[in-house]
Amino acid sequence: MPTPPPESAAPGNSRVPGMVLKAFFPTCCASADSGLLVGRWVPEQTSAVVLAVVHFPFIPIQVKELLARVQQASQVGVAVLGTWCHRRQDAEESLGHFLEGLGAIFSHEPWLQLCRERGSKFWSCKATRRQAPTCPGAPGEDQVMLVFYDQRKVLLSQLHPPVALPDHQAGDAVAGAGGLAAVFDTVARSEELFRSDRFDEGPVRLSHWQSEGVEASILAELAKRASGPICLLLGGLLSLVSAASACRVFQLWPLSFIWSKLSTCEQLRHRLEQLTFVFSTQKAENPTQLMRKANVLVSVFLDVALGLALLSWLHGKDRIGHLAEALVPVADHVAEELQHLLQWLMGAPAGLKMNRALDQVLGRFFLYHLHLWISYIHLMSPFIERILWHVGLSACLGLTVSLSILSDIIALLTFHIYCFYVYGARLYCLKICGLSSLWRLFRGKKWNVLRQRVDSCSYDLDQLFIGTLLFTILLFLLPTTALYYLVFTLLRLLVVAVQGLIHVLVDLINSLPLYSLGLRLCRPYRLAAGVKFRVLEHEADRPLRLLMQLWLPPHPLLGLPVPQAFLWGAHLPLEAERGQAGLTDPGHRPARHRHTATVSPPPCRGR
Amino acid sequence: MEDEQSFSDICGGRLALQRRYYSPSCREFCISCPRLSLRSLTAVTCTVWLAAYGLFTLCENSIILSAAIFITLLGLLGYLHFVKIDQETLLIIDSLGIQMTSSYASGKESTTFIEMGKVKDVIINEGIYMQKVIYYLCILLKDPVEPHGISQVVPVFQSAKPRLDCLIEVYRSCQEVLAHQEATSASP
Repeated sequence: MPTPPPESAAPGNSRVPGMVLKAFFPTCCASADSGLLVGRWVPEQTSAVVLAVVHFPFIPIQVKELLARVQQASQVGVAVLGTWCHRRQDAEESLGHFLEGLGAIFSHEPWLQLCRERGSKFWSCKATRRQAPTCPGAPGEDQVMLVFYDQRKVLLSQLHPPVALPDHQAGDAVAGAGGLAAVFDTVARSEELFRSDRFDEGPVRLSHWQSEGVEASILAELAKRASGPICLLLGGLLSLVSAASACRVFQLWPLSFIWSKLSTCEQLRHRLEQLTFVFSTQKAENPTQLMRKANVLVSVFLDVALGLALLSWLHGKDRIGHLAEALVPVADHVAEELQHLLQWLMGAPAGLKMNRALDQVLGRFFLYHLHLWISYIHLMSPFIERILWHVGLSACLGLTVSLSILSDIIALLTFHIYCFYVYGARLYCLKICGLSSLWRLFRGKKWNVLRQRVDSCSYDLDQLFIGTLLFTILLFLLPTTALYYLVFTLLRLLVVAVQGLIHVLVDLINSLPLYSLGLRLCRPYRLAAGVKFRVLEHEADRPLRLLMQLWLPPHPLLGLPVPQAFLWGAHLPLEAERGQAGLTDPGHRPARHRHTATVSPPPCRGR
Repeated sequence: MEDEQSFSDICGGRLALQRRYYSPSCREFCISCPRLSLRSLTAVTCTVWLAAYGLFTLCENSIILSAAIFITLLGLLGYLHFVKIDQETLLIIDSLGIQMTSSYASGKESTTFIEMGKVKDVIINEGIYMQKVIYYLCILLKDPVEPHGISQVVPVFQSAKPRLDCLIEVYRSCQEVLAHQEATSASP
């Protein structure tokens, strides 16, 4: 028997007055005909998990053979637990006696006898122990508490702990699973028992959840058979592509630098990783990984579908031509606006008085830069339509790729703003460094590089004189430089914000767990994370009846967080937002580094 | 066996405690909070609408009035569905576990189930709540790593907040069930 024996091994020791025996009964068998109860007895929990009902007529030897076979195949200690009597007519006394006689053929400690009257909601249960009582006055019968459970949902909800690896002992897995986990484990591992049915021609007729109709789908089976070769083929193709992209040519400096800056390449690489993960020939080890794979696959499908829709929209009615025609005037307009801005800065912006000479120098420098940029755009204008047409084709790889390309195009078209920002930032940074160093000189201190601190220092008179002069000059030129820096930083922030929005959209499409959301709508029991109980109608002197239902954690967006059911650790806890069973992707790469989005000025150390 | 008694919560509102003894090993305690009072609902609605009307006289835009109606309706629905708890139930089943259910005014139910193997004890604890010191019933959970440690404290009846007399009743019953469970699970 794979179950570890309790510390006090003698069966008579667990007899204490008033002990309650829990019987887990499947709801599908509640309407079945009379017969034998087959299942597993868990002594640590004093619970009997009923898996199926064996109907008359049967030959005891064959029943025992079937149970031995199931036990060997599934490592679960399946045995005959008792009898089940469903009285359809009023007077079936003979059936009652016959069932009692069965207790002699199949011996089990304790022997369970469940009986249901026709048309009555209340059952009668008896659990008898045959061993002589160790303590006088202890009853030979135990109280029984019935817990109904839906076999199909429990099986499909995957609440059981993951299957033990073959090199672990079977005893380890069961010993670690306490409480209700043992029940789920039992149901999940008894697949062999559920193969034959009461409608089959076999020697033994069973009733269980499959009796209402064997769960199978031709499409699912075909998909399973076909998935092997398809995975191999696609896995091979993907490995070819990754090998090609890892080629030495692409690692050379200019190309590698460009690849790292373009978000399109990053997106393509991410998709390649995801697809390699999905089409790998390794089977998913646990339901979490399966969910993750399914989420990735659904997200890729959605992406490609949206991309194809975009493609068909773009290529209809010559929209690319219109887009290309609109692009150059837009760039011109942006450049004109920048020119106005610079003219404004060169005058008296917002009433501030600038240093005329520096102002003119900076303004003219930036204006010339802008002029170069405009000429460059005009040079490119004949080719834009061709480029756009080819770029539009990339939409068939997915909407995310198109959005990444759009973000890259924006980055390229606003490259001059980036340059202006860099110049302004560099100038400002130099000025600040100079000012801080000369300020220290003004106070008679200096920066000690060895000790990384400010020390006092005695300067010569001419050093002090020149230092103070330079300090004054830099100080009075500060407003001008600061203003240019501020204006260009704001412009850069604007561009970065637009790119950031596009990246957020791309990340949303990449990481939205559509499969899990769909499961939550259609088959919520697959995402169950626990159980809850409901007490059914109760009559005095009758056994207590409970209904065990699957419990879903509250919806991450619509429900307030509630302390979760505390079960064994086979489940991922519900973290904030999307933290459940495949909703987050721990293997998901962290927030993409937006290479084009650096705004902070380059650091400078004081001297 | 059913039993109903009237108690009060920490603010003086009336609570009803319903006890159901299904068997010596299974008991249920149901505390019903006071219903949504018509007075407070009317007061809030009137305030919101007066404010909206005030804004309307300033801005002369009738969208403000429709928005106020919309907000009131949505706010009421949201309050009933997410905030207002009608009943809190504690179901204690010897050898299975403890289940806490909160039913909201809109009919939504949120359940938490704790297995008996994880429960260390049920106690009444004192805590500071705003400017008061109140008693609350809580469940102590065992620490898997340390045998005598406590990993978590789960408070019960958080929105009903009954007073000590009600808590004592529930506490006594729970302790009876837990003692019964200890007796049956201890090996002689």
